[in-house]
Amino acid sequence: MLTARLLDHDRGGVVLLAVLAALAVGVPVCNLLVPPDSPLHLSTFTVTVWGKYLCYALLAIALDLVWGYAGILSLGHGAFFALGGYAMGMYLMRQIGPRGVYGHPELPDFMVFLNWEKLPWYWHGFDQFWFAALMVIAVPGLLAFVFGWLAFRSRVTGVYLSIITQALTYALMLAFFRNEMGFGGNNGLTDFKDILGASLQADGTRVVLFVAAAIALAGGYLLCRAIVTSKAGGVLVAIRDAEDRARFLGYEVERYKLWVFTVSAMLAGLAGALYVPQAGIINPNEFQPLNSIELVVWVAVGGRGTLYGAALGAVLVNYLKSIFTVQMPEAWLYVLGALFVAVTLTLPRGVIGAFSRLRRVRHA
Amino acid sequence: MHEASVQAAAAAKPLDETLLVAGGYILYLDKLTVTFDGFRALNELSLYVEEGELRCIIGPNGAGKTTLMDVVTGKTRPDSGSAYFGRTINLLEKSEPEIARLGIGRKFQKPTVFANHTVAENLELAMLPDKRVWPALLKVMSAEERDRVAATLDTIGLAAEADRPAGALSHGQKQWLEIGMLLMQNPKLLLVDEPVAGMTKQETEATAELLLSLAGEHSVVVVEHDMEFVRSIARKVTVLHEGAVLAEGPMDEIQNDPRVIEVYLGEADA
Repeated sequence: MLTARLLDHDRGGVVLLAVLAALAVGVPVCNLLVPPDSPLHLSTFTVTVWGKYLCYALLAIALDLVWGYAGILSLGHGAFFALGGYAMGMYLMRQIGPRGVYGHPELPDFMVFLNWEKLPWYWHGFDQFWFAALMVIAVPGLLAFVFGWLAFRSRVTGVYLSIITQALTYALMLAFFRNEMGFGGNNGLTDFKDILGASLQADGTRVVLFVAAAIALAGGYLLCRAIVTSKAGGVLVAIRDAEDRARFLGYEVERYKLWVFTVSAMLAGLAGALYVPQAGIINPNEFQPLNSIELVVWVAVGGRGTLYGAALGAVLVNYLKSIFTVQMPEAWLYVLGALFVAVTLTLPRGVIGAFSRLRRVRHA
Repeated sequence: MHEASVQAAAAAKPLDETLLVAGGYILYLDKLTVTFDGFRALNELSLYVEEGELRCIIGPNGAGKTTLMDVVTGKTRPDSGSAYFGRTINLLEKSEPEIARLGIGRKFQKPTVFANHTVAENLELAMLPDKRVWPALLKVMSAEERDRVAATLDTIGLAAEADRPAGALSHGQKQWLEIGMLLMQNPKLLLVDEPVAGMTKQETEATAELLLSLAGEHSVVVVEHDMEFVRSIARKVTVLHEGAVLAEGPMDEIQNDPRVIEVYLGEADA
């Protein structure tokens, strides 16, 4: 019954899940079993690039949940992604153990370099995968809860909320740039070696990380879909469209917003955690306000309020970005800006909206 | 004896959450004063509404009609005065959603419905028995609840529009849908702000009929500008002027009151 609710009338979602299933099977085969000289062979580099796109897609779905459905335009969602990434990065740093450049049995290289004697208290526990995995979700969730509680309780909405979310991610960026914070300063965390005892350089590990990202994206989609098709999802849209009406019907509007904002931040954290072992680095640049704005463009290009549209937009824009930043790097920001303006003016419901309009026209 | 049994039935809830009307008013507003930047929107206004009553409130622009509704529904806090729902519930201590859940429904001046939800979904959202996040997340509509939605769709004359998005309705239909949403909440008191603004003559008549049928089972307070409409439904009329009650009584009496004619009716006739 639940599957019927999730996937009936959801052609886009079914396509997304089918593509992910095909990728989860096809990519390992094409990378590991097809010989390198075959035209069907996928290089490990390509696998990792696409694995990162899937993480971006999960992040975009998380944003679409709060923006597309609850009408909360967060311009700081990159912060939750980065925090999840840092939590995973801390685990990967601890995995290095005594194999660092300085050979210290416990301290990561940057701490030895700073002449630190012992591990700061907040680095404890990150040698355990389960603990790190918990923090990947808990830290972004807790930040979103506290921040949201303060903001929503004061009835900060609309553009004001967007601005303070920008301030949030900017403040975190400045904080993480400081060496004293204990997160590697502007170099961030890098030189990772293993995850769960498996070498990050091995093809097999890369493929497993790709498949994990695909599964997380599918799971994240289904979770968000379950939320938006429930009565609570109906309330979120109601709040987006007529907040006062919802309030005077007896809904605690602030609690709904706080709840969905926290869930979304947790998903963003998960996306960041899957991204970092594939990217091989996490540094304060991930907190850049620009990243969060780019994320909004992905969702707008794909089509907000559909979930699968956000995933499509993330992959589409990042694919374009990978082309442009190689061919003419200085042009990319202009292209991004032009894309946003063009989509806002001509495709208010994104690529997905244009598709469904085309289908309707053809049927008529 | 009766009083005791009511109390016993209510024992499960804290006393201030239980609506006790017996022998009193359903809405008791006493000496409410609200000022905005020195402007007295309400000036020691006192108003008492009996259970099952249909009360009309009229008054020129700026008389304080909407501010009055804002105070009752928790949107605006008064500087002084008291507001009770029944005998025990102090409205000034409650938030907007709490007041809504206690049984006061409010229709806005501008018809406000959830444009992207269908008409039936609008009613379902208004009906949800437990409005917290987790219960709403797990909620499955029961057969009785579907029947209730269907019954209300009939009452407000929108059965044929059940599956259309509410945003596609005409102005008058939106007004009715909003009244239907209030009904789904099972309110004891309905506050209806300008229900016939922008309606055709036929729509106005249908609305008058609807509101008349609601009175008795519910207490209804209607704020309206349309004098003909007020005449057609009012049993008791309260005239507000400069944030206070100017006159109160049956429509005939009100129409002949020289003070009322001076501030309001005279102006309208001119």
